Amino acid sequence: MKHILVVDDEADVRDLFEQRFRKEVKSGSVSFAFALNADAAMDYLVENVKAVSLIFSDINMPGKSGLDLLSKVKKGFFDPPPVMMMITAYGDDENYRKAISLGADDFFTKPIDFLKLKERINNF
Amino acid sequence: MGYVISLIFAFRLRKFIAIEPELEKKWDLILIRVMVACVILFIVSQNSRFFPVILGGYALLGWLFWKFYNAPDFIGLRSMIFSCAPVGVIGFFSDTTRLIFKSFYENNNEYFILAMVAGWVWLISSLINSRKQLRALKSERELRQSQEKENKLIAARKAVLELLVQERTSELKEQNDKLKETLEELHAAQVQLIHSEKMASLGELTAGIAHEIQNPLNFVNNFAELNGELVDELLDAIEQNDFKEAETLALAIRDNEQKVAHHGKRADSIVKSMLQHSRGSGNARESIHLNPLAEECIRLSYHGMRAKEKAFNAKMELILGDNVGLVEGVPGDISRVLLNICTNAFYAVLQRVRKGEKDYQPTVWLQTGADNEHVWIKIRDNGTGIPADVMDKIFQPFFTTKPTGEGTGLGLSMSFEIITKGHGGTIDVESKDGEGAAFTIKLPVSK
Repeated sequence: MKHILVVDDEADVRDLFEQRFRKEVKSGSVSFAFALNADAAMDYLVENVKAVSLIFSDINMPGKSGLDLLSKVKKGFFDPPPVMMMITAYGDDENYRKAISLGADDFFTKPIDFLKLKERINNF
Repeated sequence: MGYVISLIFAFRLRKFIAIEPELEKKWDLILIRVMVACVILFIVSQNSRFFPVILGGYALLGWLFWKFYNAPDFIGLRSMIFSCAPVGVIGFFSDTTRLIFKSFYENNNEYFILAMVAGWVWLISSLINSRKQLRALKSERELRQSQEKENKLIAARKAVLELLVQERTSELKEQNDKLKETLEELHAAQVQLIHSEKMASLGELTAGIAHEIQNPLNFVNNFAELNGELVDELLDAIEQNDFKEAETLALAIRDNEQKVAHHGKRADSIVKSMLQHSRGSGNARESIHLNPLAEECIRLSYHGMRAKEKAFNAKMELILGDNVGLVEGVPGDISRVLLNICTNAFYAVLQRVRKGEKDYQPTVWLQTGADNEHVWIKIRDNGTGIPADVMDKIFQPFFTTKPTGEGTGLGLSMSFEIITKGHGGTIDVESKDGEGAAFTIKLPVSK
């Protein structure tokens, strides 16, 4: 069973993920936690890092960005660092390079392609 | 004797003509010849017994008298010329008598001398008199000359002045024409600048808009796709007579449908506001819901800034007053103002981020509210602030603190125009250098 933390400032993301993964959730192969910003995600991780198998985070959020969260997660805060995938509405090279250089395990652009996402999740 | 009188005669006439250059030109040569002739003939006559030579002087005098007495040029000298006559006649008679009737002359010597003296006295007194006349004439002439000179000088000066005036007038006219031309050019440039300012801010916003559209589209696409799957599942459930499951699925579909509609509208309003912005002065006044417009603008400008500065992040805090209703205005114009001020706010916090202060949290606040007469929007940031010495310049056209190429300097001046002239409102600004700035826009409430 995989526990995934989704970080996005859009509240409807929760419904979207729960429905997109409804079969996996039902079967118990995947479970979700949601955070609306980087700070809330960090709080959650501090408590539950052992349970989290994957973080899926938006980059553009008010306050601390997804990239800030990424660098915190990947730079020695947790051992071993959890898998983290980034998503952004800006599909530009700079965001991509920055995310990869900070240690992101994958990079998506909106609109989210859930088939591809499921495939990647299964590979981890 | 005739020669002497002739000499005096010619001498005096020369003095007279010396005053008038024109007369001098006309008569001088004749008079000099007469004088030279007088001197030569006088010397010859002293040693001669020859009758015509002795009396020739009187002939010469007669000729002079005849020539000059009636000449219009010498009317002023008439009495002097006339006074030569008695002495000349007396001299002629006494000389003739002396030559022909020598004994008679000698017997009446005293009478002849007396007459001669009387004639001379007359001539001399007349000469003295004419000398005075000449002097007066001369001084009058000098006066006239100096006056003429002065007049000429004045005329010359006048001519110079007139020329100067003409020159200056044509210069002014030329300048005026140039100014007119420049004004026209400036006007054209202004129109062009306003257009490019609009376009520049549009370009800045395009990326932000793309992002803002991408987010709702993500939901629209995904929920729509999901609903397709859910409908299939619903049909399955109905086939299996699992109506409880069917109901759950139907409710989910309805929820998702609402989400699709909601996010679809969100994207729609973003596109509309972009169009409004690019269309610029679609001057139609409408009733505007200020809160959603303000929220949209701050989001757009935030994402516009992010599109330019990828690493940029800031906190947006919205405090939207629930008593803020409608305002009357041109939506495109109002949103341009809000976008402009919000973009400035994000720019200011970005500048402060770059300074690398520890624990600095870049934040922009958007607050709205209303009282009985006004609706107000306050956009506050904790960026670099506005230095006190430029505070009174920020609404001037072309004033910008941004580096060349980054700002047109028209944003705030256009905003000011739009709010004050276009909408009868006010823009106020407060700032602490280094700590942030706050712009407050007040608009009259829609009646």
